[in-house]
Amino acid sequence: MGIAESILLTIATAATPLLIAAIGELVVERAGVLNLGVEGMMVMGAVCGFAGATVTGSPWLGVLAGIAAGAAFSLLFAFLTLSIAANQVATGLSLTLLGLGLSGMIGESFVGTAGNKLSSLAIPGLSDIPLVGRLMFGQDPIFYLSILLTIGVMWFLFRTRTGLTLRSIGDNHGSAHALGIPVIFYRYLAVMFGGACAGLAGAHLSLVYTPQWVENMTAGRGWIALALVVFASWRPLRVLAGAYLFGAVTIGQLHAQALGLGIPSQLLSSLPYLATVVVLVIISRNRRLTMMNTPASLGRAFVPDR
Amino acid sequence: MKKLILGLAAAVVAAAAVPAVAQDKIKACFLYVGSKTDGGWTQAHDVGRQQVDKELGDKVETSFLENVAEGPDAERAIERLARSGCAIIFTTSFGFMDQTVAVAAKFPDVKFEHATGYKTAPNLTTYNSRFYEGRYIIGQIAAKMSKTGVAGYIASFPIPEVVQGINAFVLGAQTINPDFKLKVIWVNTWFDAGKEADAAKALIDQGVDMLTQHTDSTGPMQVAEERGIKAFGQAFDQIQAGPTAQLTAIVDTWGPYYVKRIKMVLDGTWKGGESSWDGLAEGILTMAPYTNMPDDVKAMAMETEAKIKSGELKPFTGPITKQDGTVWLKEGETADDATLLGLNFYVKGVDDKLPQ
Amino acid sequence: MMRVELVRRPQHSTLFSVLSPFIALVLTVIAGALMFSLLGKNPFEALYYYFVEPLTGLWDENNRWQLHELAIKAAPLILIGVGLAVCYQSNNWNIGAEGQFILGAIFGSMLPVVFPQFQGPLVLPAMLLLGVLGGALYAWIPALLKTRFNTNEILTSLMLVYVAQLLLDWMVRGPWRNPEGNNFPETRRFHMDAVLPEILPSAGRANLGFVFALVAAVLVWVLISKTLKGFEVRVLGASPRAGRFAGFSAARMVFFAFGLSGALAGLAGISEVSGAMGQLRPVISPGYGFTAIIVAFLGRLNPLGIVAAGLVLGLTYLGGEAAQISIGVSDKVARVFQGMLLFFVLGCDTLIHYRIRISGFRRAAPAEAEPVAGRA
Repeated sequence: MGIAESILLTIATAATPLLIAAIGELVVERAGVLNLGVEGMMVMGAVCGFAGATVTGSPWLGVLAGIAAGAAFSLLFAFLTLSIAANQVATGLSLTLLGLGLSGMIGESFVGTAGNKLSSLAIPGLSDIPLVGRLMFGQDPIFYLSILLTIGVMWFLFRTRTGLTLRSIGDNHGSAHALGIPVIFYRYLAVMFGGACAGLAGAHLSLVYTPQWVENMTAGRGWIALALVVFASWRPLRVLAGAYLFGAVTIGQLHAQALGLGIPSQLLSSLPYLATVVVLVIISRNRRLTMMNTPASLGRAFVPDR
Repeated sequence: MKKLILGLAAAVVAAAAVPAVAQDKIKACFLYVGSKTDGGWTQAHDVGRQQVDKELGDKVETSFLENVAEGPDAERAIERLARSGCAIIFTTSFGFMDQTVAVAAKFPDVKFEHATGYKTAPNLTTYNSRFYEGRYIIGQIAAKMSKTGVAGYIASFPIPEVVQGINAFVLGAQTINPDFKLKVIWVNTWFDAGKEADAAKALIDQGVDMLTQHTDSTGPMQVAEERGIKAFGQAFDQIQAGPTAQLTAIVDTWGPYYVKRIKMVLDGTWKGGESSWDGLAEGILTMAPYTNMPDDVKAMAMETEAKIKSGELKPFTGPITKQDGTVWLKEGETADDATLLGLNFYVKGVDDKLPQ
Repeated sequence: MMRVELVRRPQHSTLFSVLSPFIALVLTVIAGALMFSLLGKNPFEALYYYFVEPLTGLWDENNRWQLHELAIKAAPLILIGVGLAVCYQSNNWNIGAEGQFILGAIFGSMLPVVFPQFQGPLVLPAMLLLGVLGGALYAWIPALLKTRFNTNEILTSLMLVYVAQLLLDWMVRGPWRNPEGNNFPETRRFHMDAVLPEILPSAGRANLGFVFALVAAVLVWVLISKTLKGFEVRVLGASPRAGRFAGFSAARMVFFAFGLSGALAGLAGISEVSGAMGQLRPVISPGYGFTAIIVAFLGRLNPLGIVAAGLVLGLTYLGGEAAQISIGVSDKVARVFQGMLLFFVLGCDTLIHYRIRISGFRRAAPAEAEPVAGRA
């Protein structure tokens, strides 16, 4: 395995959980809901994924457990913000607090247990092609899932009627409701999808990235996923690009250090955030671009009135 | 209504009788910066606490607060421990230093011990471990075992304790291979399994085939296992994470120290104002079993360990040249503790610039 | 099909405004008791340590220190929270208070760290002013971007939090590191003139920060409910169109709201650093800026409510520790308990504005939902 290939692989592994969580949040935000609880759902996915794999002995069941945990946990958010119209920002933040505590409680008996790693593919012949073999044919299954997920969400949002409906809800829930679209129902599904994705991202951390459970192991990755969605101006392909860019900066910074280059790591680490602000400014300066991409009802509570 | 409920609860509890420490037992308390199951630094301290429970259980009761943030939260937590009747309080993170000093001044009758700091008081003693002694041994092992002649070091923060470790590792390695090189990555965290694993991968991609870390998670060990290279555990025996990768681990063994100090409290010989800096000889630091290496390497490691224990070998003994080429220690000269405790430069052979 | 349906009350319910926190508390106590019993702890004992033990200082001299600790913990939450209340009431979504807190701390610390030779009674007021300035300036970045480029302020202010955290990290490890500190990542300790005085040194550590918080809460309360500016805040928050007709400038309001909340967050930052810490470290806030958002909503964006909410939240931190030491409840349980309390309060507050009806499915007539801020 050459160094370039190996670095690319490392970047792919670092980017995958960010991509998955961000794609989920993208769908949520496209439906007009801002769920700041990604970190909490992700860490729940991580602990339940690990626990599931350890108890059943099957990493695949662990992945399912992670997805289920994320989705179930997001229901709490959905119920509060959608059914009883609680504030989304406050509820999302509370969800993160609760998730970090609850995951620690659930995971207490799994700390220090040897992990159950989800093994990578190995296709004889194909995986051995120089440079791209491992990258294309020799990664962990969740990597492929993340790419499929991105393409699937892209297709769903922009090529299907249901996707159009979802976006219209995000743009103007009032008119969507007037057209007879069950706004709350759609948003429930969107929030649960986001939760499932965050759960899967968490399971990737505890079953592939570093197969172990430690408290707070998401270490802020849920927040980065939130930033990525905005960075990508709510477009799936740009989320993909953003996640890989972020992964590349993170890994590149480590390589720069190992090479003995003296660049302050904090400067490099802050670049993605500054870039996000700049991107935001650029897209919002152009009204047409803004209208096209930003879900106008983002963060607003919707209650059908009579 | 709120008052009513609170009053009710208070009455119920008063009736249920709050458990009190039996009169003949003293209370020993611990303040942890991380989770007691972090598999690293804090867990090592908690293992020490459990040893106190086991050996002195009939005379001592232990309690602890975990995940306490450094800063104002720490001061409140220490004060709470002091007021809850603790006879002795161990604060187990460097970042608790000023808070420990402040609370110790307020509670002259309570005994305080602060790990890895440098401020003492009449009722405050500091304790530390010569982690670097272990680093010297693993440096030698790395140089023997490495094929590429380059090792990777995942470091947390450029404080003297970490710089000592890096230097000792290089000095140890150079006794075997004078051209041995070390690459360092600063991850600016004590604990982030993902980031540490990424750093490990970056180091391996740049050609190191020996990994060591001064951070607390088993992330790097897992990467080493997966990529088929060798690595050294940190703070805790990490053999479970790297059954074929771990050569040995520098294990923090606080238990005997805690037992000893609490016994001194019991028989009235405990003294404040001291700084103890023990090492392999006193057993505050132990080496995990030497595994996954040929017998001759193992024999060499054990010999070095014995020499350090007996005091025959001191890792920081001249001639030692600094990274910039100037002489630090002349032939036969040994660094004193004060210099070591403020160490802020590399020795020759480290392929990194110390963050200043 | 059964469904939960919210029916908006014509006017918000005064009854439930008063009752909802208590309903939430009762639900939390019940759920908490259940959780503690499941964990094999005596639920009464656990709840006692949570809610009563830290307050025993009210009547027990020996425990008075805990009230001081409560004040220390609640002060930044209240200070930031009341500023955010103005922001949210005017429909400006600043969620970057954590960053403004940090910038306030950095600006204010400039004097004792970079110019330690400058001493005297002027140092502290100057530091506080710089802190206010730092927080306000940092908050004006998203305000500027919002007014000039129509950029979503939720997202820019959040991004700037990370930048602020990294900036502080770099300052403390780099240019501002204590030259006598053995390379440890912290600045030199502030000299005596730069330390915020304690209120009652004989009884506990609480410093003037808590006084600032109370004063700020009262002033902001007066501002919102008694002045024309407050009227402007509420009108623009409820309906920007109506505000325009009334001759109010939405753009100026953005700067006012962000400036005020940033200034208070900055004040909280420098007060925390000069009061409770006495130096800068790589991390100076356990998420106060984010927790304060929750506090702002728990207090229903009413400054006086926020004082109460800040104290309750502070209490759960203290209670969590008390329960940890005395009956061995782990800190994770403490955090879960805190999360439960937040969810119950957020949920119960719905009752103020809505009636809950459980009914069969019926399509309702469309209506534009109110913006989130309208719920104050």
